[in-house]
Amino acid sequence: MLNILEIIIPSAIFFAAPLIFTALGGVFSERSGVVNIGLEGLMVIGAFTGVVFNLTFADQFGQLTPWLAMLVAMVVASIFSLMHAVAAISLRADQVVSGVAINFLALGLSLFLVKMWYGKGQTDQVQVGFDKIDIPILSKIPVIGPILFSNGYLPSYLAIVLAFVVWYVIYKTPFGLRLRAVGEHPMAADTMGINVAKMRYIAVMLSGALAGIGGSIYATIISRDFSHATISGQGFMALAAMIFGKWHPLGAMGAALFFGFAQSLSIVGQAIPFLKNVPTVYLLILPYALTILALTGFIGRADAPKALGTPYVKGKR
Amino acid sequence: MSENRLTNILVPVFAVILGIIAGAIVMIVSGYDPIAGYSALLYGAFGDRYYIGETIRQVTPYILAGLAVAFAFRTGLFNIGVEGQLIVGWLAAVWVGVAFELPKVIHLPLAIIAAGAAGALWGFIPGFLKARFRVHEVIVTIMMNYIALYVSNAVIRSVLSDQGFKSEKIHPSASLRSEFLQSLTDYSTLHYGIIISLIAAVVMWFLLEKTTTGYELRAVGFNQHASHYAGMNVNRNIILAMVISGAFAGIAGAMEGLGTFENVSVKAGFTGVGFDGIAVALLGGNHAFGIILAAVLFGALKVGALEMPSAADVPTELVDIVIALIIFFVASSYLIRLVLTRFKKEGK
Repeated sequence: MLNILEIIIPSAIFFAAPLIFTALGGVFSERSGVVNIGLEGLMVIGAFTGVVFNLTFADQFGQLTPWLAMLVAMVVASIFSLMHAVAAISLRADQVVSGVAINFLALGLSLFLVKMWYGKGQTDQVQVGFDKIDIPILSKIPVIGPILFSNGYLPSYLAIVLAFVVWYVIYKTPFGLRLRAVGEHPMAADTMGINVAKMRYIAVMLSGALAGIGGSIYATIISRDFSHATISGQGFMALAAMIFGKWHPLGAMGAALFFGFAQSLSIVGQAIPFLKNVPTVYLLILPYALTILALTGFIGRADAPKALGTPYVKGKR
Repeated sequence: MSENRLTNILVPVFAVILGIIAGAIVMIVSGYDPIAGYSALLYGAFGDRYYIGETIRQVTPYILAGLAVAFAFRTGLFNIGVEGQLIVGWLAAVWVGVAFELPKVIHLPLAIIAAGAAGALWGFIPGFLKARFRVHEVIVTIMMNYIALYVSNAVIRSVLSDQGFKSEKIHPSASLRSEFLQSLTDYSTLHYGIIISLIAAVVMWFLLEKTTTGYELRAVGFNQHASHYAGMNVNRNIILAMVISGAFAGIAGAMEGLGTFENVSVKAGFTGVGFDGIAVALLGGNHAFGIILAAVLFGALKVGALEMPSAADVPTELVDIVIALIIFFVASSYLIRLVLTRFKKEGK
């Protein structure tokens, strides 16, 4: 049993990390009242940028490359998310439609560039990845140590730490209060002198930045190259995690960990005796089915921010 | 023609023009020749009989997917689940096509009805959850897409084949393929589906504009409270709208299963047709006739794009960029409307 956990838990965390980053991005955006279906596309941009940067600069930066690639992916994806911000906030576009456009554009643009630069539909394999590490002290704890804190990737632990940081920012700082106010009742927030548009722009760009990180670590750790199928639904799964987590950073993290768990079961499940006979299709659809159930209210009521999806027009009742 | 109506037609036209210009700019910036690129595209879409046949074949599911999205839109719902409904429709159509041996007059309609029913079922779930629990249909339909993808793959592996990657070919009695249409278009994959999709467009127009049910559906879309007050059953209409929308999407899947491919294979990812349907519906202004025009445009773009790499060395993905930008410009129509009203004021 312990052996099985030593296989499943680390791989669950490993699969969950990109979802956690992206879902936290989603929390920022949706808490400010902007629906972000474009998370998938932003992850695509992050994955593309991360892989291209890694392939191009691996010789110059050595072991530092994946980290720099992650930062560059973060910046590029957050700039890309500006398109969604401009459409959804300033041009009062339907936010879902604009998100769909972001998804199309991200995939089209990145594949266009891959074909132009590499002359084929996918990039080469990334050679320099993140190192696996044992966390000092914590990995020495008996039982939990080897399962939770050994042989993991640093970005995975970073994702979990970040979830707590985001929780602190959203619930304990003035910025977070303003963010939530803008998403619940923008007119009241505006009356109190909060710049609604500015807050929403910041939130959408943060979501782009975090989805960019999520995409780049997914590509660097899991797929190791970039093609049309690199990001296939992870963004939507992160969206699901955010809703399943009831628009709460820690909830989103928990849901992402759970989805990562389901994903890792569907992949390593074949090696586990009592799961061998469960068809993988059940594990594959589990996250999605659970999200629907969660929304339906079987697992506690999930309420979206009140002003979610509605553009704010000054002076309009 | 009233000014408002004129603007409604001008917005998509401007969006298309802007999208095509933006595509040209992308080509110039990337060092390709935009004129060569677009002429290759045009030739690849309408250059000879074969290409025209392929374009019409691509337009077929686009019309139906566009109708599905638009039908939901008109009733105040956003059905992103067209992709999943299309996949289960495809699966159901092929299943019926493989499992039975019947005379064509029974078999073919049966297969199409099965596809419509499967899509309708897939639409019923989000509709029901919306009506009963007020769950937002966008998220549920996205989740249903993935469930459709994985479930249909599992069914293809374990039921329709022996752990293989595709089903058997459907019996000819369930096929939409037509020797006549193929010979007419230099042996393209054109099939009778285009007639079905055009009929579907008329059905949607008639249903929404000319029947009491359609009036109720649109009323619920405009204002649920007012409709409720007027004595309409809001919940029933929400479910009905999603069921009909899903049925259109399922039949779109039947076009692929019974016409284009004549089988169903395990998919690594989505077909994209359902998502393109969103673009088609938006550009077509959610109107049956507009959807046919938009479907022709996107079908031509998609099929024509295949000619671009060989003739002009431009990656096919350029077309995806153009389509994305067109959606983007339609969505941001506020900008175009603003510019249009400025122009009018200055003209006066």
